[in-house]
Amino acid sequence: MGETVIKVENVGMEFNLSQEKVDNIKEYVIKLLKRQLLFQEFWALKNISFEVEKGDKVGIIGLNGAGKSTLLKIISGVMKPTEGSLKINGKLVPLLELGAGFDSNYTGRENVFLNGAMLGYTKEFLEEKYDEIVEFAEIEKFMDVPVKNYSSGMKARLGFSIATVVEPEILVLDEVLSVGDAKFKKKSQERIMSLFDKGITVLFVSHSAEDVRDMCNKAIWLEKGEIVMQGDVDEVCDRYMESLGITR
Amino acid sequence: MAFTDISQHRFIINFSKYRYLLSELVKRDIKIKYRRSVIGIFWSFLNPLLTMVVLTIIFSTIFAMNIKNFPVYFLTGKIIFDFYAQGSRAAMLSIRSNAAIIKKIYVPKYMYSLGVTFSNFVTFLLSLIVLFGVMIATNAGFTWYALTAVVPIFLLLIFTIGAGLLLATLTVFFRDIEHLYGVFITLLMYGSAIFYPASIIPQKYQIFLELNPVYAIISLCRDSFLYGKAFDPTTLLFATVCSVVILVLGVVLFYKYQDKFILYI
Repeated sequence: MGETVIKVENVGMEFNLSQEKVDNIKEYVIKLLKRQLLFQEFWALKNISFEVEKGDKVGIIGLNGAGKSTLLKIISGVMKPTEGSLKINGKLVPLLELGAGFDSNYTGRENVFLNGAMLGYTKEFLEEKYDEIVEFAEIEKFMDVPVKNYSSGMKARLGFSIATVVEPEILVLDEVLSVGDAKFKKKSQERIMSLFDKGITVLFVSHSAEDVRDMCNKAIWLEKGEIVMQGDVDEVCDRYMESLGITR
Repeated sequence: MAFTDISQHRFIINFSKYRYLLSELVKRDIKIKYRRSVIGIFWSFLNPLLTMVVLTIIFSTIFAMNIKNFPVYFLTGKIIFDFYAQGSRAAMLSIRSNAAIIKKIYVPKYMYSLGVTFSNFVTFLLSLIVLFGVMIATNAGFTWYALTAVVPIFLLLIFTIGAGLLLATLTVFFRDIEHLYGVFITLLMYGSAIFYPASIIPQKYQIFLELNPVYAIISLCRDSFLYGKAFDPTTLLFATVCSVVILVLGVVLFYKYQDKFILYI
């Protein structure tokens, strides 16, 4: 405890909301000449600064459109912030959408290696952990079937299994636990809990202050792209619920 | 473990971290291309062979005087052009077609472009086997100069990688580049002396042929395989300069704008 694993400093993310998206040369030139290249600023995130220590479980709560997913994308490296800096110390695994890296024509077995490679695993590691991955996902019989024929539950299980087979030092969850049937939810929660016990750092995005309260020790409340409050999970969640007019 | 500033990737560290992914992407491309097709990978052999047979029948009598060994002459040109055309086109589309994953998991974006260029290169290498087969069948004669072909082939590879990155970047922001490029490729095909001798081009238009880097590479390869002689230094210099320039241009542009891709795909 005490070692900073994520340090976000003055991060801001600006989007261009101009009405007509220019995506071909003709329009671009015309608009350039007519001086109609509009730039409508939209700051999805502004002045975001926080630090996460090793072993923290930080919940990020806020209403729709607050900027939670954008923040997660920046932390995962998928988007680069317009301003500010980000420092990550440790292996970060994002669970932003299960099975996002799957190629639907590829079989389950082939996708384990492809998806694993995308997450930065090595071939030797994947071969070693292959059986464990398949067992957790409970789809031994279907590993040689193309993934396009899988049910959404199977895809979710496989995706989750691959992403959590390594012990990430930092796990980023974007409401991914809401997918799947009750049995899967239980299993995935168990696995996440076992990872928690190993002292990993977690960043968890959710609408549900309840879930955040259960899982996290700290929370950050985002609203309209800015941090309203951050700190101990109970304090932040209480104030958040108050603001929604829901008292406990 | 030292602090890693995620907003400035160190290229070498990143590349070695993801090189397994590169091999997986190449593998995927090749496997999926031939999955569920009857002839499968033999299509890589059949395509050049069949086209060569047809065009030999049509053109060899017309050009018999100017071209000593039409099959090899044609095939060299065709396989080189095909690799450039298909490799650059696939790379051009690679960012858009992987849009879903790019938005979810961080992977160095140039991997998609590189992966697809390399998988086309593998197809090219396979068609080289066909070329050697045809060379044997037509008694073209292997000389030591054939080995020097590694040079233009290497130049071709970096030229295609560069073009791929350049096109991929442009296509993200301007979708019509895709269509424009299609037209350009057709023109290029006719302007690369693949199935006709360079000499039939009127003198005043020869300049276009000479300024065509793909033609430069094709003629260098023909020098090695077909004519068994050393490279023309001007052509070699021209091909090298073009390839390096395109590679640098492609890499610089890609690197400069890659962070904006996610906003447009």
